[in-house]
Amino acid sequence: MSSPFEYAPAPESRSIVDIKPSYGLFINGEFVDGHGKAFKTISPSTEEVLSEVAEADEADVDAAVKAARRAYTRVWSKMPGRERAKYLYRIARIIQERGRELAVLESIDNGKPIKESRDVDVPTVAAHFFYYAGWADKLEYSGFGNGNPQPLGVAGQVIPWNFPLLMLAWKIAPALACGNTVVLKPAETTPLTALLFAEICQQADLPPGVVNIVTGAGETGRALVSHPDVNKVAFTGSTDVGRAIAKAVAGSAKKVTLELGGKAANIVFDDAPIDQAVEGIVNGIFFNQGHVCCAGSRLLVQESVADEVLERLKRRMSTLRVGDPLDKNTDIGAINSAEQLARIRELSDIGEAEGAGRWSPACDLPSNGFWFPPTLFTGVTQAHRIAREEIFGPVLSVLTFRTPSEAIEKANNTPYGLSAGVWTDKGSLILHMANQLRAGVVWANTFNKFDPTSPFGGYKESGYGREGGRHGLEAYLK
Amino acid sequence: MSDTRIDVRKTYKLYIGGAFPRSESGHSYVVNDTKGTFVANAALASRKDARDAVIAARKAFGGWSAKTAYNRAQILYRIAEVMEDRRPQFVEALRQSEGLTAARAQKALDEAIDRLVWYAGWADKITQVVGGANPVAGPFFNLSTPEPTGVVAVLAPQESSLLGLISVVAPAIVTGNTVVVVSSYARPLPAVTFSEVLATSDVPGGVVNILTGSAATIAPWLASHMDVNAIDLTGVAGDVELATALEVAAADNLKRVRRAPAAEPDWSVDPGIDAMTTFLETKTVWHPIGV
Repeated sequence: MSSPFEYAPAPESRSIVDIKPSYGLFINGEFVDGHGKAFKTISPSTEEVLSEVAEADEADVDAAVKAARRAYTRVWSKMPGRERAKYLYRIARIIQERGRELAVLESIDNGKPIKESRDVDVPTVAAHFFYYAGWADKLEYSGFGNGNPQPLGVAGQVIPWNFPLLMLAWKIAPALACGNTVVLKPAETTPLTALLFAEICQQADLPPGVVNIVTGAGETGRALVSHPDVNKVAFTGSTDVGRAIAKAVAGSAKKVTLELGGKAANIVFDDAPIDQAVEGIVNGIFFNQGHVCCAGSRLLVQESVADEVLERLKRRMSTLRVGDPLDKNTDIGAINSAEQLARIRELSDIGEAEGAGRWSPACDLPSNGFWFPPTLFTGVTQAHRIAREEIFGPVLSVLTFRTPSEAIEKANNTPYGLSAGVWTDKGSLILHMANQLRAGVVWANTFNKFDPTSPFGGYKESGYGREGGRHGLEAYLK
Repeated sequence: MSDTRIDVRKTYKLYIGGAFPRSESGHSYVVNDTKGTFVANAALASRKDARDAVIAARKAFGGWSAKTAYNRAQILYRIAEVMEDRRPQFVEALRQSEGLTAARAQKALDEAIDRLVWYAGWADKITQVVGGANPVAGPFFNLSTPEPTGVVAVLAPQESSLLGLISVVAPAIVTGNTVVVVSSYARPLPAVTFSEVLATSDVPGGVVNILTGSAATIAPWLASHMDVNAIDLTGVAGDVELATALEVAAADNLKRVRRAPAAEPDWSVDPGIDAMTTFLETKTVWHPIGV
């Protein structure tokens, strides 16, 4: 059903971005061919082939690590912090200057709406480089390294496809600020902004080898994290891969941080401001198509207001606009890949088969590309797979509770512990819930907020270590 | 009539959930002093004992972690007080276990007690040192605070049977974790004596559980236990193969791991705060301002 108040299309221009027909690996300050079989990266919203990207094999990864080691030993670890800082400030400024270009490219390659890449991802990326730039010459005040903090060496970093550029910033900015050099592998479905970032490194005259980008899939990542000359492994992605990495580095001296999956509870009490809570629920699960490890994928709503919350939530969901990521009016973009779409469909079908009530607003989906409508399930219990497993898509499971202790018990009943949300007008209840929830980030009367100054990371099987803030330095210092 | 008195030989037990059970397996092993003379029998902990200890530690976690830091500090200080009361027993245990002279055993005990006092003082300071308010660029109030990781399996050092033991147990519990400790295999007596101190201090049952026996046997069960949140591998220092296997097993539920050092560290140096922060999580709580 189309709305009587249709919006005219408002597409952002693609002309600002120049996508090359093929890209090499970025090693020692230059683009070089990879030895693996080149792969294609496509636009998830149209399935259009955007470019061919080199795949790094073991030899390529080795070359990148060698370049990083050389740059570490000869240049970067010797450079005074205040000089390293200036390079990071330069990078931050270039990101701001080329912000529109980065945002458009991110939306094309990832499928996320331009209003998010433009207003959230890219500004936060620049902010991260600014924040950590300032730490580079103040590390002795960080509280780490017993007054004489030292870099670890070469960092091998593997990042996911949900926030390609933001995850790059979370990994590279603190690593470089602390004096490490890096080899970073972006996800195989979203390599383009990392390659544009490589150009930014060139533009900033960053010494060759300080940042190296190797593209590829799982095998490339495996070669990187298990490379014997890598001193530090940082990974963001699925819990299964995190487990495999933890095993791969066992017995080595590599320092590791893992930022893994989540199944956050977003808890709404009956005294919550309902309209704000509904906005928070929508933001919690439909932001970035639900491709968020800390997404509020389990709504726990107090029984007395469940009907009202659901009614308003459905009304609000009916106004969400799904479609062209480059349209400035789009709220929900494309699912990142055919594979991810298949997983979302499979788990949703299981939810239905297990007896939960499925609902989506009427919405027209484009015929090409990978799309999934915003969806909620009612009548979900803790035994349902959709309440236990990370779906990583725009799918919300709704459960109810009566008392705060029941909410806490349900919220904590998961092997994950990344994030949680609490909605209530009562301050003492917020603090009580925040204390009891076993999660690394608790958003009270808000959700999905990020800031470079604030540590982020999980409890339990959501991984270990923190990124962001002063705490984020610890992972890159000895 | 001979005036030779036959001494009363001791068979020590485990310390689980504040009680002193025998090993479920019924096994014990002989503890000799450094000259090879029989000293006592110690319980040989089994897999079931390890699991019981984890259950006890989990049960104690909620209460212990919820205590005020001030209260936990007092309880740790109280342990030190009770240790002072039992000086002769600890000195004897150290002489037998580590072959120390009386003077050196006294000094080792002093250091162990002082270390406990040092850690006691951290209970209500660590939050201020490693937590803080974050200057978010927006109308939000946000605080990061450390919280205990949960149940920590601790493989105590093999050589330093008291100072080493205190140096791995105190940092884990002072921040609110509960622990299952595998004591030194060859030198369990100071750990046993320590468990008697714990039982008569104000430490709630289950906060510290002490298993005497072989780390090589018990540790794999603890490392793969899905309700253990972290593991300290100090006790298998130097055994790279075992340490690696334990670290691999620990990856199953992404336990926090304090890796085994190449050799047993010098426990007399300032320990720093790493032993505490390894078993802490950081929780960041956000709230909007002005809405």
